[in-house]
Order: sequence, then structure tokens, then C-alpha cells
Amino acid sequence: MINAHLRKALSKQTWQPAIRDWLKNTLATGLINLTALVVSGLFVWLLSDVVLHGLPKLSWGFVFDAPRNAGRAGGIAPIIVSTSWILLVAIAAAAPLGLATAVLLTEFTRPASRFGRCVEASVGVLAGVPSIVFGLFGNAFFCVYLKLGFSILSGGLTLACMVLPILIHTAVEGLRAAPDEYRQAAAALGMSRSAALLHLLIPAAAPALLAGLLLGIGRAGAETAALIFTSGYVDRMPGSWLDSGRALSVHIYDLSMNVAGGDANAYASALVLIVLLLTINSLAMALTQHWLHKKMIRL
Amino acid sequence: MTLSPRNTLSLSRADRQLAAVLRLCALLAVVVVLLILLFLFGESWPILSHVPVWRFLSDDSWHPGQALYDMSPMLTATVLSSAGALLLAVPLGIASALFSSYYASPGLAAVYRRLIELLAGIPSVVYGFWGLTTLAPLLGQWHPPGVSLLSATLVLALMVLPTVALTAEAALLAVPQHYYRCAAALGLSRWSSLVGVVLPAARTGIIAGALLAAARAIGETMAVLMVAGNVVQMPHSLFDSVRTLTANIALEMAYAMGDHRAALFVSGLALMVLVLALVGLADAYKGQAAHD
Repeated sequence: MINAHLRKALSKQTWQPAIRDWLKNTLATGLINLTALVVSGLFVWLLSDVVLHGLPKLSWGFVFDAPRNAGRAGGIAPIIVSTSWILLVAIAAAAPLGLATAVLLTEFTRPASRFGRCVEASVGVLAGVPSIVFGLFGNAFFCVYLKLGFSILSGGLTLACMVLPILIHTAVEGLRAAPDEYRQAAAALGMSRSAALLHLLIPAAAPALLAGLLLGIGRAGAETAALIFTSGYVDRMPGSWLDSGRALSVHIYDLSMNVAGGDANAYASALVLIVLLLTINSLAMALTQHWLHKKMIRL
Repeated sequence: MTLSPRNTLSLSRADRQLAAVLRLCALLAVVVVLLILLFLFGESWPILSHVPVWRFLSDDSWHPGQALYDMSPMLTATVLSSAGALLLAVPLGIASALFSSYYASPGLAAVYRRLIELLAGIPSVVYGFWGLTTLAPLLGQWHPPGVSLLSATLVLALMVLPTVALTAEAALLAVPQHYYRCAAALGLSRWSSLVGVVLPAARTGIIAGALLAAARAIGETMAVLMVAGNVVQMPHSLFDSVRTLTANIALEMAYAMGDHRAALFVSGLALMVLVLALVGLADAYKGQAAHD
């Protein structure tokens, strides 16, 4: 294939005057560097905008106070509590399910088996469903059909469906990367598959599993559209799983769209959310990199 | 092929029990997909059973209270904003990927890659909020009202840029190093080598990434909801306020009842079909890329 491409590229080269080629090359280099500069600039613009407007509002009081006057004043304490509960429900439901599915796909089924392919296809479909459709489904299934109402439980379970593909995908990658010698040695020593899994393969894949977990939390924490009609808008401190609770991202949306004069607190909330998510995502990336690095050394 | 009926590779009883439990868990993942489809259909059925499908595109207007269900302005807004976003994000994303894989020094490339990854992790509501408070007023000074098809397109472009850049970079990294070296050894300039040899070799992966980005743009709700202005109308220029299908669901679900609620589920179903078609196409391209 490369020969065909090369021949074509070279045939163009022969009739192109050298100066034109040099001009094109220089222009392209300039444009590509400019793109990188513009993209970095946009990132810095967005981030500095949120930091500059959010920082003056941010204080311990903001984090530990209840919102007053529809969120225009006061803080975000109940919202942070609701967000944590929603994330906890989502991860508690999705993590065991994700790990189990990944173990089944990597250790207990042949790659070509019909059941394995069916599960993989479903995970692929699930990964593609838009978040607003998850919201519609969560509302119809968890809130109405299962009669959970607008609650932390409904929101958390909806998010669990959403992050499941991420957890399965990362866990599968982690388990597949565990060296086959482990499996062979375990079999040679007469260990059962479950013992090998528990004592060798899962510990070997642990950093990847943890990174996947963090990515899942990051994705769930960023979600808004799937939560508006499942966990709802109520900004009081939630008393139980069955109370409605407002997530941080929903709080930002509500303050900026529905509450006149809510921008200042929306900025501060956005800053809190960004700092949390960037920390979680950076941790996940660092973990993955560290893990890859260790593997390289061992090899 | 093993000859003895039982050996160290055959499953013990505990293993078989574990396999059964795992099978059950994995089955749940399949069930969730089926449930989503079932409930979308089930909730749409009340209206699909007595309103013919074409009326969702040919009615006079979107007034669900008066049994008028024209979704074409919203579909147009969804398609236009996503297409515009791709038009901006695909060249910029490919340029970004070329920068970090062929132009920047290794150190700078690592920093830039990290920056793109962080950009991908910023929640859509923050993109929307930034668009609403910073970008839209800026556009409004130039051409009011500011919240418009243009602002939605720009914010969406920024949002899907990391998707394009990261997938394009993965596709570029998968191209064997000697392709570029051969081209360079034959005297082609860097740009000619990239355009003539490397990019064509990475084409399928890049297209798959662009399709995924399209799926993401069509399914995006919060960012467009906050910056598009949300007026149900056929856009005549880039500066008209529009409402996308996703934004319409988010805005009206809170109070929709009966046929109105069912109509929103129909639009959800349509979105899901559209997005899944794009994702399926992307998967097919990815399969082809792996095959090449």
C-alpha cells in the first residue's frame, strides 16, 4: 500500500517546482503550529475565565453553607453532598457489574463465542447512547416504572448505565494486558480459575481497574442532561436515597439559565466542579502512565 | 486437544459457579440496552399509534398542545450545528494531531496531549456556561442577539475537537514509522510526506474519529441548550436563535404530559437511531482500519 501512496506523492513531486513545495511546507508548518497555539489559547481562555470569576466567591463558607435565595447567595454544601451520593450509587452499581462483565469477556469466554460478541455489541451500543436519551430512559424506567420518583437513587442508577461501558472497557484492557504466563503458571500449579483471578490477575490489573473507576467517576460527575429528569432540582440537604438531590452540574445549569443574578455563584460552582474533575482525570491519567511505564520496565 | 476428561485446565466446581454468576452480570448489560429500546418505544407508542410518522416533519408548527408536531426546525438546527461544528473541528483536530505526533518536540507534544485530554474532561455544562457568559455576549456585540446557531456551532466545535484530535492521533501513531522515513528518504518535504503518505494510510481511523465526533455533537444537550437561544424556528442565517432536538427534550420534559411527552420520546428515539447509525459506521471504519 505504501508503494502506491509513495508513487503518487512522488509523481506530484516531479512536476512541482521546488520553490512551491518549500512554500507549501513552510505554510503548513506555520498553520499547524498556529492551530496548536489557538487550541491552547482557547483552553487557557476558558479556564482563566472560570478561575478569575469564580475565585473571589470561593471560600470555606461557600463549600460548607446551604444555598440561599435560589442559590444567588450562600453556598453549595447540600449540592456537594447530593453529588457525592449520586456518584456513590452510580459507582456502587456499575463497578461490580463492569468488573464481572470484563472478567467474563476476558477469562471465561472465547473471543468468537456468540454470547461474548452479543455482550460486546451491547456495550458498544450503550457507549453510543446520548446522555439526554439516558435521561429519558431513567425517567421512564427508574422514576416512573420502578416508582423511585425524582431521587438520588434514580439519578445514580441512570448514571450507572451510562458509565458501565467505560468501566467494562478499561477493565477488559487491564485484564488483557495481564501476562499469559500468570494464567499458565496458575494452571500448572493446579490453581482454580477463581483463585488465579483473585490472587494474580485482578492484583496485576489493579492500577488499570482503578484508573477506569476514576474515569467513570469523572464522566458521571460531568453529566447534567441525564440527571435533570432523574435526580431532580431540589437543593435541600438530602435525607435519604429516595430524596431528590441536585448535582453540582445541574446547579451550574440552573443558576446560569433560570436564576437572574446567579452568575457569580455559578462561576464559583463551576470552578469547584472543574477542579474536582481535573484532579480525578489527572489522577487517572497519571495512574495509567505509571502502570504502562512499570510494564515497559518489566518487559 | 486434551485426552483426559479432567485436567488442570478444566473448570472446577467453584469456577463453574463463578462463571454462572459472571454470565448473569454480563447478561444485565445486554438487558439494559434492551430496556432502553423497550422503554423508548413503549413511551413513544401512544403517539406513534395514532399520528403517522411523516407528520413529525410536515406539520405546520411545533405546538404539541394543539396536536401539531413539526420537528423539522429542530432537526435542521441539530444537523446544521453539528455539521458546522465538524467543519471546524475536523481540520483543527487533524492539525492538532499532526502537531503532537510530527511537529512538536517530544516534551512539548506530551504537554499538548495532556492539555487535549483535560479539555476532553471538562463537563459540557461548563462549556455551555462559558459560551453563555463569555462567547455569546462577544458575538452579540458584533451581531445581536449573540445566542444563535453560530454560538452553538462554535461551542460544539470546541467540545468535539478533543475527540477528533485524540482519535486522529491514535490513527497517526498506528501508521508504521518507516512510511514517513521512506518518504523523507526519497526527498519529499515533511508536508508532502504527511499529505501524500501518512495521512492516506491513517485515513480510516481519522474518518472513524470524525464520525464519533459527529455522534457526540448530535447527542450533546447542555452546551447547545445554553448557547443556542432556544427559539423554535427554521434558521435563515447563522445569527438566528435555534432550538435543537436535544435542547427541546431538556426544556419540555419537565412539564410534558400525554401525547406531548410521547412526542419527546419520539425525538429521543430518532436521536438514538441517528447516533447509533453514526457509531456503527465508525465501528465499521475502525474494523477496516484494523484490517488494512
